[in-house]
Amino acid sequence: MSTLAEAHAHAHAGHTETFVSKYVFSMDHKMISKQFLITAVFMAVVGMMLSIFFRLQLGWDGESFAILNAFLGDKWAPGGVLDKNMYLSLVTIHGTIMVFFVLTGGLSGTFSNLLIPMQIGARDMASGFLNMLSYWFFFVSSVIMFLSLFLESGAASGGWTIYPPLSALPQAMPGSGAGMTWWLVSMALFIVSSLLGSLNYIVTILNLRTKGMKMTRMPLTIWAFLITAIIGVLSFPVLFSAVLLLIMDRTMGTAFYLSDIVIAGEVLEQTGGSPILYEHLFWFLGHPEVYIVLLPALGITSEVISTNTRKPIFGYRAMIGSLIAIGFLSFIVWGHHMFVSGMSPFLGSVFVFTTLLIAIPSAVKTFNYLTTLWRGNIVYTPGMLFSIGLVSTFVSGGLTGIILADSALDINVHDTYFVVGHFHIVMGLSAIFGMFAGVYHWFPKMFGRMMNNKMGYLHFWLTIIAGYGVFFPMHFLGLAGAPRRYYSYSDYPMFENFVDLNQLVTLFAILGGIAQVVFLFNFFNSIFNGQKAPQNPWKSNTLEWTTPVEHVHGNWYGKIPEVHRWPYDYSNPAFEADFVPQTVPLGPDEEAH
Amino acid sequence: MNRIFVVLIVALAVIALAQLMRIYQLSSKVRNIKEEEISDADNRLNASLMLVSLFAYFGFVIWQIVHWGPYMLPEAASEHGAAIDQLFNFNWALLFTVFFGIHTALFVFAWKYYYRAGTKAYFYPHNNKLEFIWTIVPSVVLAAVIIFGLITWSEIQKPKGENAITIELYSKQFDWTARYTGKDDQLGKSNYLLVSGTNPLGIISDESTADKLAEYEETIIRQEQKLETILPDGKRKELEHSLAKNKRLRARIVDIQLKNAGLQTGKDDHVVKGEMHIPVNTEIEFLFRSQDVIHSAYMPHFRLQMNSVPGDVTRFVMTPTITTAEMRNKLNNPEFNYILMCNKVCGAAHYNMQMDVIVDSPEDYQKWVDEQKPFITETTLQDDNIQLVEN
Repeated sequence: MSTLAEAHAHAHAGHTETFVSKYVFSMDHKMISKQFLITAVFMAVVGMMLSIFFRLQLGWDGESFAILNAFLGDKWAPGGVLDKNMYLSLVTIHGTIMVFFVLTGGLSGTFSNLLIPMQIGARDMASGFLNMLSYWFFFVSSVIMFLSLFLESGAASGGWTIYPPLSALPQAMPGSGAGMTWWLVSMALFIVSSLLGSLNYIVTILNLRTKGMKMTRMPLTIWAFLITAIIGVLSFPVLFSAVLLLIMDRTMGTAFYLSDIVIAGEVLEQTGGSPILYEHLFWFLGHPEVYIVLLPALGITSEVISTNTRKPIFGYRAMIGSLIAIGFLSFIVWGHHMFVSGMSPFLGSVFVFTTLLIAIPSAVKTFNYLTTLWRGNIVYTPGMLFSIGLVSTFVSGGLTGIILADSALDINVHDTYFVVGHFHIVMGLSAIFGMFAGVYHWFPKMFGRMMNNKMGYLHFWLTIIAGYGVFFPMHFLGLAGAPRRYYSYSDYPMFENFVDLNQLVTLFAILGGIAQVVFLFNFFNSIFNGQKAPQNPWKSNTLEWTTPVEHVHGNWYGKIPEVHRWPYDYSNPAFEADFVPQTVPLGPDEEAH
Repeated sequence: MNRIFVVLIVALAVIALAQLMRIYQLSSKVRNIKEEEISDADNRLNASLMLVSLFAYFGFVIWQIVHWGPYMLPEAASEHGAAIDQLFNFNWALLFTVFFGIHTALFVFAWKYYYRAGTKAYFYPHNNKLEFIWTIVPSVVLAAVIIFGLITWSEIQKPKGENAITIELYSKQFDWTARYTGKDDQLGKSNYLLVSGTNPLGIISDESTADKLAEYEETIIRQEQKLETILPDGKRKELEHSLAKNKRLRARIVDIQLKNAGLQTGKDDHVVKGEMHIPVNTEIEFLFRSQDVIHSAYMPHFRLQMNSVPGDVTRFVMTPTITTAEMRNKLNNPEFNYILMCNKVCGAAHYNMQMDVIVDSPEDYQKWVDEQKPFITETTLQDDNIQLVEN
């Protein structure tokens, strides 16, 4: 294959590509990766703005804000006060955008695409065409989700989990009308995108590794992307079926999720369905989804930490093992989202058991990160800062998961702000930190230029302060019994002591928003004006740094390099340099790792 | 006009920033500063900030505990709630130990081991013994967490005892209704097809089915008459559709009527809105039903939460241990009330779907129950029917 592909690569280097084939309908994984990233950045900005809008209402209940009126208009923020239905729409679309469009499409789409071919030594993805389709499905579904915010009856507003009957019945709330239809269409397309992407990743990793790139020589990023893709392929179709059944309940009068309902004065004929079925189907994706979000971030962090501590990742095989264990366990824990749904208590016990098991591989990963830092030689690139931030937030957020996994404890904190705090620290901070680490680390590879470090430092420190400032206090609110998705707490004397908490959280959220402006500026400015990047700026071992700085179709001029060693030979005492790229042959008396 | 100004200011700010960056970049070129080479000063700065983080983060956590800790929920006002609180305390002790331990290691390592030119990191790829230890230790600790948790869970979920009283909580957008068994100690059957203004829970009785049937008869006759007039096509289709549906529903109600003829159990039930009373130290079996979407009955002071699911009946057994009066004394707050909130998003007014819960002493409770009127008087029925109940 290699000679053919080489000829191909050379042939292409001479080609003049049109604007459309190079920047729009590109089949080159590097361009597709950038497309995913830019789309995700746009969606993240939208998602963040939505959150600041509803935080204003939560911090200062019923007060008028000109900015709300400016963005939402007289219909959804009359006199600058957020409308109750719009509040729920904002919460719903914020969650959907962040979980799916930023942390699934954005994270996997960007880094699986960029790194899989380059780190395993392949010219491109197994199918460039499917890869292109994957992006364009993602793009269309992003556009639909974004535009649904402008519907006359409002966007979907039943929460990102869109439990029926609320989401199935337009009579239940305005957002369950057209907004819900757009949400479902968007998600269906998103799932198609995700499946096309994931299949491609799996096939590429299994089949297109370069000579010498054994599975046990793959960087942990690739392992994480592989497990993530497998989880995605196995779980997203279940959400697809859930969405399909919901569409049928909404339009064809079926009763999969509906039973015995009188709503808005109307008696519905459906009997025999159960919304619990939806909950099972949804969370069969929904929980693995958490790991679809988190594993790539963990993979990226492993790579960035190892490179920048100038030290091998501790326990490479244990890291792979824990990735696989987390991936497997993620499929048998979904019921912990349903402890108070009326599900059989015995089944609840089983889910308590399986869920708490996840703490074991997670603990192994944490200890391995710590040991990697121990006696390292830490270079503080912005990517490294975000990786350390990931470890901290992974621990902070993971520990509260132990409370939520315990069904007896979950009774009182289920669906409260405790949960909001928990999953935002693991997803909103940990996974996002992984994504930022990836952006800073591989920016030179993506754009051939360097980002500004000083601004990166400022971005990190502001972000982690704001992040903990926003999400840590939420635990206290939850433990005091405050339910999530409440428009206002003013009618409850028991929450009157938390007014300052909600204001503090909102202020930190605004600080967090400002921190991201620093990032956005640095990001876009560096694309055009950044310092020119050298070939291997971080002195890294992995194959992507053997490709030329400028992007060429087929990734390498000439032959694909051969791999002789694992990717983590940093500070190997047998060598003088503190890094030994994977392409360096083993010495005569050197043993393979 | 204002908006144009805002846009202009933002645009100018971005341009100014970009120019500043240009200057910075040009000067770094002159000074030969490369972004990929992190300076010693930067490494030291970030390393020190890591140590600062250790204290700042722990300080922030402790400040929050001091500041908001006093406003956490008061002691559990139910039997199982006390068990849950114990389990909580066990878990907190464990989690805080791990939290502080790991963060100390993380930030100290990050502070101590910053890059020193000319030195090399310690090459330490793996250590099977160490990895074995930190697989086994968490496993053992988690085994304790799981066992303690599951013992508590099965205690909470045990079936109700013989003397338990049953109360139904019925949810709809956006309020709660409670139903008590009345004299016969059992809740009457119900069906959603019978829900009406006078029968909000759809309790089945000869009267309620007859009422509902009469209502359908009337509607069906009216619709049939209307169909004989001249109508636009769309309207006719709609009306035919509605008529057919009403006929199907009528048939189902007839079925309910036949199957439950003479049923008495529902007639003495008490239907209560606004506030709910429960007796202290008495086992209570709550049954939850929903009329429209999923709601969740959340009573944080009792450590109780259960979803109410349309088409399904869910349950939760609990024994309150502290009366409202006692809790007011304890908290030194004469205004205090236990509360039932909705904790599953259910629509625009979700945030205000609440009901006060009053825990009475057994005497007060009995007094309150005696004041309640049986369900049947809520309907527009004749006097002889009421006598029927009393006989």
